[in-house]
Amino acid sequence: MDFTLSHHNQSANAMIEVRAVSRVFPTGNGGLRALEKISFSVFPQEFVCVLGPSGSGKSTLLRILAGLLESTSGEVRFHNQIVTGPRKGVGFVFQKSNLMPWRTVLQNITLPLELEGLTALEADEIALAMVELVGLKGFEQALPRDLSGGMAQRVAIARALIHDPEVLLLDEPLGSLDALTRERMGNELLRIWQTHKKTVVMVTHSISEALFLADRVLVISHRPGRLCLDLPVDLPRPRREAMRYTAVFGELTESVRQAIGDSETIMEGV
Amino acid sequence: MMEQMRRGVRIPNLRRLVIVPLSILGLFVVWKMAVYVTQYPPFILPPPGLVWNKFMTVLGDGSLLRHLWVTLVEVLVGLTIGVVFATVLGYFLAKSRLVERMLSPYIVASQSVPIVAIAPLLVIWFGAGLFSKILICALIVFFPVLVNTVVGLKSVPEDLQDLMRSLQATRLQTIRYLEIPSAMPVFLGGLRIGATLSVIGAVVGEFVGSDRGLGFMINRARGQYDTALVFVAVFALVFLAISLYTSVILLEKKLLSWREPEDQSLKQI
Repeated sequence: MDFTLSHHNQSANAMIEVRAVSRVFPTGNGGLRALEKISFSVFPQEFVCVLGPSGSGKSTLLRILAGLLESTSGEVRFHNQIVTGPRKGVGFVFQKSNLMPWRTVLQNITLPLELEGLTALEADEIALAMVELVGLKGFEQALPRDLSGGMAQRVAIARALIHDPEVLLLDEPLGSLDALTRERMGNELLRIWQTHKKTVVMVTHSISEALFLADRVLVISHRPGRLCLDLPVDLPRPRREAMRYTAVFGELTESVRQAIGDSETIMEGV
Repeated sequence: MMEQMRRGVRIPNLRRLVIVPLSILGLFVVWKMAVYVTQYPPFILPPPGLVWNKFMTVLGDGSLLRHLWVTLVEVLVGLTIGVVFATVLGYFLAKSRLVERMLSPYIVASQSVPIVAIAPLLVIWFGAGLFSKILICALIVFFPVLVNTVVGLKSVPEDLQDLMRSLQATRLQTIRYLEIPSAMPVFLGGLRIGATLSVIGAVVGEFVGSDRGLGFMINRARGQYDTALVFVAVFALVFLAISLYTSVILLEKKLLSWREPEDQSLKQI
């Protein structure tokens, strides 16, 4: 698993390049600096988790990557092309499942395909395979109101995967789930990522979740959000539950916790 | 267990089937008693029997259905025009601050003038025919539908708008796949109010000046002290309004079935 490290030096191969991205939200007194000069690269098929205290602009960063929000300065490149808005090949999963309550599970999953002009019949065929992948067989015709939080989030993940994007952007996708469901869904995310070989950038506020899932963990400080740690996670794959209790995992946890802690003290000092 | 469930489902339905006729029967009993106790002459309070006879007469000679048809056409055409204009304008109001700022003073002003006050003007300008009635209907329907369209469109969840943007949906796709279904519940609430108001609009127009329709029928019967006929026409109006209202409710049931909690009782049967 050394190759993730060596990639760092070859930014030419980068899938996503973030160059000195800042974002200021206009407010009454000078504006709120959510992100300040953030730079990093994400390499093909890498799983990167973004951590930070709440209010550190993690979600803002992800929305800029998705092209849903413009940066105040700096640029984001996908395959060396500057991102100017939402683009093909990117799947976005929101904090809440964000399903259309009037569409069935299957219809929610096929939405991206229908927007691309496929007929409902063609879309259904592709979606049925996806339903199986995320373990929702038998619930195709259910409405979102009848789903548990975990099931709804599976539908959202299936919807993001349906048009086979290269990049998956996940905004705290497991944040609204209870602890047990959350662990199970984390494992499933890994399984999906391993079988489909996507590039994943995931925002989370759980250190252990980030370390368990990611190849690399980025820590963003409290306002103004600066990148204060870029930590490779050298745990072998496939990851197993038992790894959470090893010494290496503990050390990694400690260094992440320290980075987050430092960023908060800096803020208090200001 | 199953047996109990089944009975639990049927009883409320049966009850509803009995209660409505019972309440109508009750009304007639009270009415009949009121006539008996007060001894008012029929031109002030006609007994139910007389109204019934009158109903059979005007039903027989076709005049009731003729007038009912005229009012129905005015109501349906007026309602349609009002809803179409309100929905289209509502879309632009909800989407553009400029349009909203430019038009909202006129819209609010138009609503502070009661329709009864404008109706004579419209009849003078557009004649005593169908057109002026349709216009009055459309005007009275316009406002509630407009307001609900705007509120419905503005309450489309932001996250879903972001989803559509991230999927690079076109404007038309966003309207079709997101905005119409999302605004539908609030819009139908406006349509429900509009449907009832449109009947009022048609009758107001017919009162002001016309030679046909249920409003005209009431006006003429009143002039002839034929109070029983007034009753018949009023009942016909009630019937019309209830039918319209029920149609909208049925439409709501069909379009908004995704909102209703799952009916467990249906699974049992």
